[in-house]
Amino acid sequence: MDNTNTNSFQKQKNKEEMKKQLITFVLMIGFTIVAFAIVATNAMDKMFAVPLLLILAVVQVGFQFYYFMHMKDRGHEFPSVMIYGGVFAAMLTIAALVAIVWW
Amino acid sequence: MSIAAAQKRGFGAFLWDYLTTVDHKKIAHLYLVGGGFFFILGGLEALFIRIQLIAPENDFISAGLYNEMFTMHGTTMIFLAAMPLLLGLMNAVMPLQIGARDVAFPFLNSLGFWLFMFGGILLNCSWFLGGAPDAGWTAYTPLSAVSPTHGVDFYVLGLQISGAGTLMGGINFLATIVTMRAPGMTYMRMPLFTWTTFVTSTLILFAFPALTVGLFLLMFDRMFGSAFFDVALGGNSIIWQHLFWIFAHPEVYILILPVFGVFSEVIPTFSKKRLFGYTSMVFATMLIAFLGFMVWAHHMFTVGLGPVANAIFAIATMAIAVPTGIKIFNWLATMWGGSITINSAMLWSLGFIPSFTIGGMTGIMLASAVADYQYHDSYFVVAHFHYVIVGGVVFGLFAGLHYWWPKMFGRILNEKLGKIGFWLFFIGFHLTFFIQHFLGLMGMPRRYWVFLEDQGLDTGNLVSTIGTFLMAISATIFLINIIYTSVKGEKASADPFDGRSLEWAISSPPPYYNFKQLPLVRGLDPLWVEKMDGKDNLAPAEPLGDIHMPNSSILPFIISFGFFIAGFGFIYQTDHQAWNFAIFIGMGIALGSMLMRSLKDDHGYHISKAELEREAD
Ligand code: HEM
Ligand SMILES: [Cu+2]
Repeated sequence: MDNTNTNSFQKQKNKEEMKKQLITFVLMIGFTIVAFAIVATNAMDKMFAVPLLLILAVVQVGFQFYYFMHMKDRGHEFPSVMIYGGVFAAMLTIAALVAIVWW
Repeated sequence: MSIAAAQKRGFGAFLWDYLTTVDHKKIAHLYLVGGGFFFILGGLEALFIRIQLIAPENDFISAGLYNEMFTMHGTTMIFLAAMPLLLGLMNAVMPLQIGARDVAFPFLNSLGFWLFMFGGILLNCSWFLGGAPDAGWTAYTPLSAVSPTHGVDFYVLGLQISGAGTLMGGINFLATIVTMRAPGMTYMRMPLFTWTTFVTSTLILFAFPALTVGLFLLMFDRMFGSAFFDVALGGNSIIWQHLFWIFAHPEVYILILPVFGVFSEVIPTFSKKRLFGYTSMVFATMLIAFLGFMVWAHHMFTVGLGPVANAIFAIATMAIAVPTGIKIFNWLATMWGGSITINSAMLWSLGFIPSFTIGGMTGIMLASAVADYQYHDSYFVVAHFHYVIVGGVVFGLFAGLHYWWPKMFGRILNEKLGKIGFWLFFIGFHLTFFIQHFLGLMGMPRRYWVFLEDQGLDTGNLVSTIGTFLMAISATIFLINIIYTSVKGEKASADPFDGRSLEWAISSPPPYYNFKQLPLVRGLDPLWVEKMDGKDNLAPAEPLGDIHMPNSSILPFIISFGFFIAGFGFIYQTDHQAWNFAIFIGMGIALGSMLMRSLKDDHGYHISKAELEREAD
């Protein structure tokens, strides 16, 4: 990579990247506040609160992986395969325990 | 006097070298010695089991001791013998096959070995400390949760420690294969043994956490008064079975896939043909691994999961036979029309094919949930898994050892002893286990201390025990072969078998930095490609330069020793609070050494170019 030639292009890219990082960072803090608020204020019924918290959590994990850990960038196919493989194995386990043991 | 002192210092230096080594080739030796030691222990336990069952109502060993015997036999063979021996072969060969100078994390590699070793020793200490575990290698709750001696505690802590080591090994191999392949070594040019190492490591990564969790829950139930598995307090003892088999079914594939890799190296080499259907072999391996995660409940057909769950798991199980069948046919097709050399390595491979196929066939029979109500927990199951594990894994280990011995130790194993050993083992193996299918079908349950006279079980059991002794003799011959070879064996050239893959491109044994210059890989079977072009070695992919090497370290040994001490503390703190000190001291040693490792920068050292130039090729 030649820094001197691609300088302005690189600068532009870095700037955008920084913006994205900041936005996701703010969003994640926001999500966390929302999550705490829901629980602290008893604003919602348990029926709604639990799935909502789970969704917020999953989105945050997504942000973490794709933005902060750069899985959205190229060259991360292999880590993706491994992570989704692991998620698959874990989900199977949970699904089985829920479906067969407690259902 | 002075000579004795010199020799003593020599031995001390030798020992220190191995205690501190981070070289994958020496760690491979450690794994082979450690695994071999536990293989002998497990074999002795098997002998005791079979002597007890030689005649009806025998009382060679007591009922309680018998329970300890079969529990320790299974646990030892799977966790402390088969797996470490396989990890040993992987360590010795995989980095060479991809043209790497070591594994990605040499320090972790050493830590993985020492954790395994200390875990295994901890487990076996139970023999001398009030009784070994006695709840079966599967340690089903509630039995394992209430078993009164400390045996099961040793099982929990021993496997936890050695399991952590295995997990590290798996992660290390993954990182190595992903990041350290030589220039030109694309994924689809990797030898099959490297591929199966890769897929096996993935299985280790995903399956071992289930065991870790299960063991922790059991530990808390036994030691700290929790009730995860205690039905009376609202727990559920079936959860253990799920967690265990979610781990243990992939585990059986962790055992068999690497030897599939071994056979995929041995058979093409001695048939003088490239592996038939390379691509299908790779994808069959992946498919087996994938399906392997969806079949665990076939061990639980009789638990009462209900017809829907049973049907799903039965079909998923049968599906695994398809990729396995693909592999068998590919090996046969590889030999078809080849110019075959039959030596010891090849004999073990040829013996494997029919033996393993019988095991796969009984597997399909067991996979039929309705029929399994008849077979379950009978000697039929015992026959099945010994056909796949001995006829598959053990045959594969012997094939791999005969094949790579010259690469690992620089000498060729004696062929005559090798062949005698094979035939004794092959005959003994089928004598021991074939008849067990019928014993099982006649109703002999597994894990029973005695059987009654005149129920048609007497002759079968006698035959089975006789076979066991043939295998024991064969194992002894192998040991003799090792000693004979190290004293009088023929020195091996770099490429004694006219091999195809990269490990045969460097001297036997390889120099400690493996490749002076990283090789340029131009195709599948890279060495063979060059041979066909009339060259005798690969072109280098880089100019000669300094080589960066890791420093040796005693820390892995100390860390593992710390956990070993802490293990005793955890086991005995239920008897007396004073044992908490052992926990603190052990954990202190382990965590302190880890801290030291983290804080102290260790950049390794360089072998200078001048030094490399001085060494003749
Ligand atoms: C075609 C492939 C296979 C099929 C369909 C299959 C099927 C089964 C089934 C259904 C059982 C449960 C029987 C029962 O407890 O009633 C079983 C047990 C077992 N299988 Fe397999 N199997 C296959 C291959 C393997 C391989 C390759 C290995 C190991 C290398 C293996 C090792 C075992 C072990 C250790 C057990 C007994 C575990 C225990 O209860 O202690 N199997 N198999
Ligand atoms: Cu299974």
